[in-house]
Amino acid sequence: MSVLRPLDKLPGLNTATILLVGTEDALLQQLAEAMLKEDCTSELKVHLAKSLPLPSNVNRPRIDLIVFVVNLHSKHSLRNVEESLHHVDAAFFLGKVSFLATGAGRESHCSIHRNTVTKLAHTYRSPLLFCDLEIEDFRATMAQRLVRMLQICAGHVPSVSALNLLSLLQNSENPSLEDL
Amino acid sequence: MDSYDVPESTPRQCASSRLKDYFIGATPLQKRLESVRKQTSFIPTPPRRKIPQCSQLQEDVDPQKFAFLLHKQWTLYSLTPLYKFSYTNFKEYSKLLNAFIAAEKQKGLAVEVGDDFNIKILSKSQLPSEHREGKVLWTGWFCCIFGDSLLETVSEDFTCLPLFLANGAETNTAIIGTWFQKTFDCYFRPLAINAFNLSWMAAMWTACKMDHYMATTEFLWSVPCSPQTLDISYAIHPEDAKALWDSVHKTPGEVTQEEVDLFMDCLYSHFHRHFKIHLSATRLVRVSTSVASAHTDGKIKILCHKYLIGVLAYLTELAVFQIE
Repeated sequence: MSVLRPLDKLPGLNTATILLVGTEDALLQQLAEAMLKEDCTSELKVHLAKSLPLPSNVNRPRIDLIVFVVNLHSKHSLRNVEESLHHVDAAFFLGKVSFLATGAGRESHCSIHRNTVTKLAHTYRSPLLFCDLEIEDFRATMAQRLVRMLQICAGHVPSVSALNLLSLLQNSENPSLEDL
Repeated sequence: MDSYDVPESTPRQCASSRLKDYFIGATPLQKRLESVRKQTSFIPTPPRRKIPQCSQLQEDVDPQKFAFLLHKQWTLYSLTPLYKFSYTNFKEYSKLLNAFIAAEKQKGLAVEVGDDFNIKILSKSQLPSEHREGKVLWTGWFCCIFGDSLLETVSEDFTCLPLFLANGAETNTAIIGTWFQKTFDCYFRPLAINAFNLSWMAAMWTACKMDHYMATTEFLWSVPCSPQTLDISYAIHPEDAKALWDSVHKTPGEVTQEEVDLFMDCLYSHFHRHFKIHLSATRLVRVSTSVASAHTDGKIKILCHKYLIGVLAYLTELAVFQIE
């Protein structure tokens, strides 16, 4: 099966799984480690992938949250993410997908305009997070944030669902995105 | 676009009418101001730009007068507006600057002691250049092309010359920069050009029509890998580059983001087909065409006088962005 679907598997008991997709191996690895260090009542599983589709011969748990990591220094990572997005089922975009842009701090190295990723996130109606994954403190903060989001998407937080979170995050974005 | 009504000097008058020809839609600063007024948050969109038209520029640029600007490597700085700077006080400024430099040199900052520096301040957009026995040691000039959007927001006492170009020894640049900062309460910052803007420059300059090409079109990428970075250089025959651009280019007289991306993607995919290296994962560091060449550290060399104004206009825009 080449398309990822959100509800085609049964959830594991007290397990939350996140999938990080991006070309920057080192950064994803470090982010994964930071996430696993977090204190969390659920059991966390972090999967890393360079691109989608994922190989189908592996037995993997149900994925609760997908985070696409784009490096603003590299157009290659953006193309990779754009291509991987085709292999994700539409139902995932109801709060279970998020975009993470890294590298915005070093403006002189940027080869992608911020506006491009903003438009991408807007097209897919998903939240966009900015974080310089190379800096340890920012990475730790982002890891904390992702763990909270993951718990909500896995349904481990009572009375908040992924869709609730999505509408909360989207209200704070500005309405003038429409004239892009 | 509102035309800016100013009772005074030449530099501002003709700029506003030509601004209409150069930008399509509101300039980024105007859009940003508008969004601040409306209390919405601002997303900067890369503007569509007009390719610098040859005829438009030739009327103002006298080749002999500006010949000394070409073929020299300039380091770029962005400059905040100057307070109480007047175009008429040049003699006084040159005296003060002379005295300041003499004082600095005697402090032992430079090798020569007791030399007589002759500072000549030229009119219009050129400013101090030092001469020593007829040999130019250091040249610096302030520039503002189509800077109307910035001019609108500053008060009358300020003069806006956001782009500063310097050629010569670093120590001299530092000394003169300090004098300007002290006298006019402004601030210099080195202007770095990122890969995104370099690719725009590559596309715009390739789009320029040239009678004959003096130099090959060349790109330099830096691959981030340890222990040392690797540099990849890619040279194309300028006519081939122009042919590629013409096949990508749709609307006449306008350059859009999609066209720039497509142009660069064609180069990347061609390279990938031959060498299996993804250039899009590396960082573009230098672009060199027959019109001009630019390095990411803020060094530029202009080769063609026909498109001088166009190049400077784009650089002014980058400087204005950096100031904000």
